[in-house]
Amino acid sequence: MASESAAHQDVRQGRSAGQYLANHLRDYGMVLALIAIMAFFQVTTDGTLLRPVNITNLFLQNSYIIIMALGMLLVIVAGHIDLSVGSVVGFVGALAAVMMVNWDWSIYLTIPSCLMVGILIGAAQGYWIAYWRIPSFIVTLAGMLVFRGASLWLLAGQSVGPFPRQFQALSTGFIPDLLPFVKTVFSVERMNGFAVVTGLVIAGLIVWMGLRSRARNRAYGMVTEPMSFFILRNLLVSGAIVFVSYKLATFRGLPNVLITMGVLTIIYAFITESTVLGRRIYALGGNEKAAKLSGIRTERLTFLTFVNMGMLAALAGLIFAARLNTATPKAGVSFELDVIAAVFIGGASMSGGVGKIVGAVVGAFIMGVMNNGMSIMGIGIDYQQVIKGLVLLAAVIFDVYNKNKQS
Amino acid sequence: MKPLLEMRSITKTFPGVKALNAVNLTVMEGEIHALVGENGAGKSTLMKVLSGVYPSGSYEGEIHYDGQLAAFSGIRESEAVGIIIIHQELALVPLLSIAENLFIGNERARNGVVDWHETFRRTEALLKKVGLSEAPGTLVDRIGVGKQQLVEIAKALSKDVRLLILDEPTSALSEKDSQALLDLLTELKAQGVTSIIISHKLNEVRSIADRVTVIRDGSTISTLDARGEALTEDRIIRDMVGRDMAQRFPARESKPGDILMEVRDWNVWHPEHSERQVIRNACLNVRAGEVVGIAGLMGSGRTELAMSIFGRSYGRRISGEVFIDGAPADVSTVDRSIASGLAYVTEDRKHLGLVLDDTIQRNITLANLPEVASMGVISEAREVRVAEGFRKAINIRTPGVFQKVGNLSGGNQQKVVLSKWLFADPKVLILDEPTRGIDVGAKYEIYGIINKLVADGKGVLMISSELPELLGMCDRIYVMNEGALVGELTAAEASQERIMSFIVRS
Ligand SMILES: Nc1ncnc2c1ncn2[C@@H]1O[C@H](COP(=O)(O)OP(=O)(O)OP(=O)(O)O)[C@@H](O)[C@H]1O
Ligand SMILES: [Mg+2]
Repeated sequence: MASESAAHQDVRQGRSAGQYLANHLRDYGMVLALIAIMAFFQVTTDGTLLRPVNITNLFLQNSYIIIMALGMLLVIVAGHIDLSVGSVVGFVGALAAVMMVNWDWSIYLTIPSCLMVGILIGAAQGYWIAYWRIPSFIVTLAGMLVFRGASLWLLAGQSVGPFPRQFQALSTGFIPDLLPFVKTVFSVERMNGFAVVTGLVIAGLIVWMGLRSRARNRAYGMVTEPMSFFILRNLLVSGAIVFVSYKLATFRGLPNVLITMGVLTIIYAFITESTVLGRRIYALGGNEKAAKLSGIRTERLTFLTFVNMGMLAALAGLIFAARLNTATPKAGVSFELDVIAAVFIGGASMSGGVGKIVGAVVGAFIMGVMNNGMSIMGIGIDYQQVIKGLVLLAAVIFDVYNKNKQS
Repeated sequence: MKPLLEMRSITKTFPGVKALNAVNLTVMEGEIHALVGENGAGKSTLMKVLSGVYPSGSYEGEIHYDGQLAAFSGIRESEAVGIIIIHQELALVPLLSIAENLFIGNERARNGVVDWHETFRRTEALLKKVGLSEAPGTLVDRIGVGKQQLVEIAKALSKDVRLLILDEPTSALSEKDSQALLDLLTELKAQGVTSIIISHKLNEVRSIADRVTVIRDGSTISTLDARGEALTEDRIIRDMVGRDMAQRFPARESKPGDILMEVRDWNVWHPEHSERQVIRNACLNVRAGEVVGIAGLMGSGRTELAMSIFGRSYGRRISGEVFIDGAPADVSTVDRSIASGLAYVTEDRKHLGLVLDDTIQRNITLANLPEVASMGVISEAREVRVAEGFRKAINIRTPGVFQKVGNLSGGNQQKVVLSKWLFADPKVLILDEPTRGIDVGAKYEIYGIINKLVADGKGVLMISSELPELLGMCDRIYVMNEGALVGELTAAEASQERIMSFIVRS
């Protein structure tokens, strides 16, 4: 088997950087696209895009989309879709408004109750999908109508607000500078030391964990990326993190939602990549019958992905309401499209079984940066939609093209 | 006689795998040419190169067809010159009728409107030609695999075939259906159709082929003349595996212990036609250290019996009891069945056994993830070690366990399914056609694994349509017919004739 074992070595060590890139074009392509898009808008907006205030805005504007994309990724990997999330955002925001404004509930009662309602909504939809095998498209399309109507009814067609400060902090609050001495060390006037240090620590952690997993993969003969790529990728990622945290530090520091979003992203990335639960969801989406015959309780798992989606949609609803400081009947309209688009731009497959959390987050940022950049440039909403649609199409075509080339 | 086809020095590489290395193949006009070789030797790949599935430019080497240099850029071009391939995995649309399937992509139509009269008339003529008596309007998923295979051939005939390629056409067929198909090939040969047939059933190859080409590790080893009596199966095997194989079944000392699994009064009804009883009062047992076979014709209910026991994965209104180690076992769901110590290796690896888009490693651990995880977190290192262990132990031919299972050859996919269930470490392993599509060498390896399992005190229940395999491996054989177990034979009593007589008499 001389030829095969030689080929084997090739695969293990990555024949060359070029070969490796060809095989992982998709993963890098996404990040490169994001960078290119950012560079484009940075130039066309005369540097407005990466101003501290705008970076902060980018996070505030996209946090709820990203949070929902985490849940949507699981739903799509499991081979389903959820069209109701936009309406759930509206409904939960309305509910929170009614609870706090009309009923004078404290936020410590409102927030858990609203999350609970989200869970129940997910459970109600997931029940029909998982145990009755009603296509998720239909069930959640119904949900989309039902909850849009329900939020109209809750608000009686009016806007309800404003909310207590504490509640607004969910979205527009910032972590205070817990390390005030840092700015004296650097002798700058306006800088949130905590933000900078957090950025540095996270960048360091990412590099350290990358090195560790690289060493481990090597030890077990797994495919490792060429050193040059590893260095370049880590430089880029940690550089970006430090840059962003520095920019944020010179404005108002780390937004609360950034922390929520970051922590959730890490948790979901961990679940999908490293846990039994995550692995089973991929298997379920990849081949439901085989998964079932392998002892996976496919119905329950499907049900849980929708419960989770409901909870995250509710959280997104709260954050969105907090940001607007008012609940309106139109809140969340067509959010589901942005969320779904983010997941597909991020490389998930319509037929299930394929997709990554990081991809979905990058996909959401691509959509977010485009929204933001085009708004700054003053491009009309009409063109914006056209361009976003084309980008989605291009990303998926790129995917399919890559896949065909590899087989 | 002149050559119809000459493939010269064909080389085909996939990322990380050299599937074909300067392969030569010459096929004479009007002959039946058999292509044999181990799993992953490159047979299917060679035929895909020939038929344009892999377009010219994606491989090296030359194809001369009918005296001309051919460079097909797609399957349509090869079909246009009469090369028709029937793939290892059937490609019919299950919910369309036979007639619709026959003319798919080649519809009998006038101005874009399908001419049903013409379609049905031609379908009837074609079905007659292949000896299939089914109405043209019958849905394809209503007829068995054997008949589907005939439909595929009818489809080939509808396109004026000159060179018919069949990739393992009989691996899923009963003996009777296989014979019918082989007879048909002989008949087509008389009408001047040249065929290439890939098969792991060497007795078939012996009986039908004019010449045999053996491929090993992506290279042509030999082309043998199979006419007359001179060529023996052993000779073919020697070229295939590169050494002599003294016997087909490894020896085992039979030492049955206590009863490990017992099934009592098992009754199952059809999932859709609720009035049809599929399994009637089945009672059977498997002892520790015992290989028990279930013989029967295709459609006799063997798979249904096994799947209904394994987590009620088939059927409705299931009644009966299962005992494991003497105690009643809960087999109401698959995970509980696994927990009780059962495992079921499916006969349909593509649809029920594998996640084709996932890697070998992920497929092997799927049924027993907790074993490679602690507190729900998977240790990838442990996972790789497990998968590598199986790759070596049962010789899965692949550059690494990170390969997509969908890229493996059919036989190697079967080994992955088997590994998955071995890793689940069951007490009783139910094997459903475990060696379907597997080469002789690998069969021997799998028999060896079965023997090792029972030597460790496990029990094996083996469903197989190959009687020689059951006779060579089993301590005891149940005979099944029309949903009922109609006989039981010990190894000493069993013979092909006695098994058949049970089936006929019931
Ligand atoms: N699309 C692909 N990508 C990567 N490797 C492939 C691909 N298709 C086939 N291979 C590899 O090429 C080799 C030859 O495969 P092929 O399917 O031709 O074997 P085969 O002789 O038909 O075996 P079997 O008898 O098991 O069907 C195998 O090692 C297989 O893993
Ligand atoms: Mg093959």
